[in-house]
Amino acid sequence: MSSVRSKAKEQKQKHTISVLANHNLNALCRIVGIFSGRGFDIDSISFGTGERPGVARITLTTQGDEHIVEQITKQLHKVIDVIKVKDLTYDPYIERELAIIKVTTTPASRSEIMQITQVFRAKIIDLSQDNLSVEVTGNKDKIDAAIEMLRPFGIKEVARTGSVALKREFNGTI
Amino acid sequence: MSNTTQTQQAKKKHDIPSGKRSPAPAEGLSGSEILLRTLVDLDVDTIFGYPGGAVLPIYDTLYKNTDLNHILIRHEQAGTHAADGYARATGKPGVVLVTSGPGGTNTVTGIATAAMDSIPLVVFTGQVPTNLIGNDAFQEADIVGITRPITKHNYLVKDVNQLEHVIREAFHIAVNGRPGPVLIDLPKDMINAKGSYTGHKSVSIPSYNPVTQGHQAQITKAAELLSNAEKPLIYVGGGVMLGEAWEELTAMAERLNIPVTTTLMGLGCFPESKPQSLGMLGMHGTWTANMATTECDVLLAVGARFDDRVTGRLDGFSPYSRKIHIDIDPSCISKNVHVEVPIVGDVKQVLPQLDKATQKPNTDKWWATIRKWQKEHPLRISHKEGVIKPQEMIKAISKATNGNAIVATDVGQHQMWAAQHYTFNHPRSQITSGGLGTMGYGFPAAMGAAFGVKDRPVVAIVGDGGFQMTSCELATAVQYKLPLKIAIMNNGCLGMVRQWQELFFENRYSHSILSASNPDFVKLAESYGAVGLRATTPDEMHEVLQKAMDINDRPVVMDFVVEAEENCYPMVPTGAALYEMVEGDD
Repeated sequence: MSSVRSKAKEQKQKHTISVLANHNLNALCRIVGIFSGRGFDIDSISFGTGERPGVARITLTTQGDEHIVEQITKQLHKVIDVIKVKDLTYDPYIERELAIIKVTTTPASRSEIMQITQVFRAKIIDLSQDNLSVEVTGNKDKIDAAIEMLRPFGIKEVARTGSVALKREFNGTI
Repeated sequence: MSNTTQTQQAKKKHDIPSGKRSPAPAEGLSGSEILLRTLVDLDVDTIFGYPGGAVLPIYDTLYKNTDLNHILIRHEQAGTHAADGYARATGKPGVVLVTSGPGGTNTVTGIATAAMDSIPLVVFTGQVPTNLIGNDAFQEADIVGITRPITKHNYLVKDVNQLEHVIREAFHIAVNGRPGPVLIDLPKDMINAKGSYTGHKSVSIPSYNPVTQGHQAQITKAAELLSNAEKPLIYVGGGVMLGEAWEELTAMAERLNIPVTTTLMGLGCFPESKPQSLGMLGMHGTWTANMATTECDVLLAVGARFDDRVTGRLDGFSPYSRKIHIDIDPSCISKNVHVEVPIVGDVKQVLPQLDKATQKPNTDKWWATIRKWQKEHPLRISHKEGVIKPQEMIKAISKATNGNAIVATDVGQHQMWAAQHYTFNHPRSQITSGGLGTMGYGFPAAMGAAFGVKDRPVVAIVGDGGFQMTSCELATAVQYKLPLKIAIMNNGCLGMVRQWQELFFENRYSHSILSASNPDFVKLAESYGAVGLRATTPDEMHEVLQKAMDINDRPVVMDFVVEAEENCYPMVPTGAALYEMVEGDD
């Protein structure tokens, strides 16, 4: 094996893994248990019903070199309730995360916040005298950026869903 | 991989003898009734169990049942080890039945032991009634949660009409693919509720289809490597035992005249009296096996997992070889050591294909090197007049049983000496906790083996430390009149701990000396109604063994008082490579 290749293999990289599994708690616990029990990282996880009833689609984002991520996918596959495991990282894929960010407002700051919201194509979904809640959708970086832009105004609460992702079918150039 | 092959395989492993062992379908049966009928239909004949509140209805049903042989063990941990020993000796899944709470938690060590060595077990635990789950009820424990990381799969039964199906699935999962333990938690109301028994045997789990057929292109690549090898070596693991591929392996190694080394778990898969056998490799492997592993140019790993006790320091493990790895579990491949030619599949199917595609390599020069190693570095047995040397004790047992016994061991020095000095010529003969390294395993596992195999002598080789962890099972062995031989290698200390303390902690024997408070093992045996014998010299040892081999109506405990400060060599110190092994100074 050439050293160039092994270097690339050792590089820690973000991976998005899509898992189809039977929709039950034991399956979810076993999937999470693989990460805690074997010392793998887990950045985000989202669990919900997929296209078939009784089957959950779980999207996991993790970090690791090629070797570790290969072990993660193999170990996930060993869970009896897991139907399919796909590391989306090497193919084009679409990925979204949703966040609700509750920001403290004053009459003076409100319009600036609304401008920032527009830049991120986010929506204001709740508004009161002292607060407003922004719904922002995008990849992790975009949400991180939105949060950082809103932070100076005073963030009260943040709720994030974690990534959901699917393989991209469109293969042409945009 | 098609579903049909899977079902065929399941059928092969669970072929039900026709006639009275196929219960008829029926409705309105209690959960206990359904449980026992399904077990009988799955060809289960022996259950290791212990009653308690939550499983009383099952025990009541068992009271009237004559198709199942229930063994009353004395501690659930030992019972799980017994089921494990039964599984290793017979190839059939071991079955355990215990109550809720502590009954379940006591099985944890046994389940983890089985999980690490991929042993098929099905463990039934009682549970508090469904409506009390989560209420911290009396004898409630979340056993499904507790055992999740140490089972291949587990279930909580929530519908009595699912019970039969769940049991069939559990057995299917336990024995197919890479085997392992499966647990079924049975709430008391499910045991009492009425439901139906269908007798439908087929099991299909869409999410579980292990690959058994090797990839043809990979097999061809592997065959090319082997055919052109100058210094090939076959490294055999427990997968060959689990996959029952010892005949295929032996045929291939003999035809191609390739040397074979086995792991602790693989001992017996290749007859050690054959000229191709190099013995065990790894931390306490033979000099020749470790050097051959280091020097070989093609390493064929069969059903082995490159465990740290086998490889030593990874960058020094077989550095010049190209590696082929056959395993049914893809996650074992390239986990610890990078492999050039992975073949995912059932060793029993892949080995004959590989054998057929491979041309006999020219290994004359390689053999000359190997024979030189064997001559210059044999396993050493020191001799001291009037003292039983531990290695001589193992040799004597090997001789007294003609190498035909099923030998179960505990963990530690005696385990390694047994692996080195007992000549294992038959598969399913060496029963030991390899992965988890569970002290207290050997005696109950031997007991389980003795329940499963009646026509071979069964010997438990244990240390004085480990034996005391499960010695309560003497009651079980006596109750069922098992002709079990228990050979205690009594060095008055935790031998392997003491050895490490001598070698790496400047003789500070911190909490490893037992001699002052050990019981009189002869009296202990006698108090249970077993035979107790003691030997302190080699002559007495031979006498005791002779006597013990002739007793066939109850267990015999042999207390062999051996040289206390003997060290087990060769030894690869932690962090060293295989070729850096030390041979000791005697």
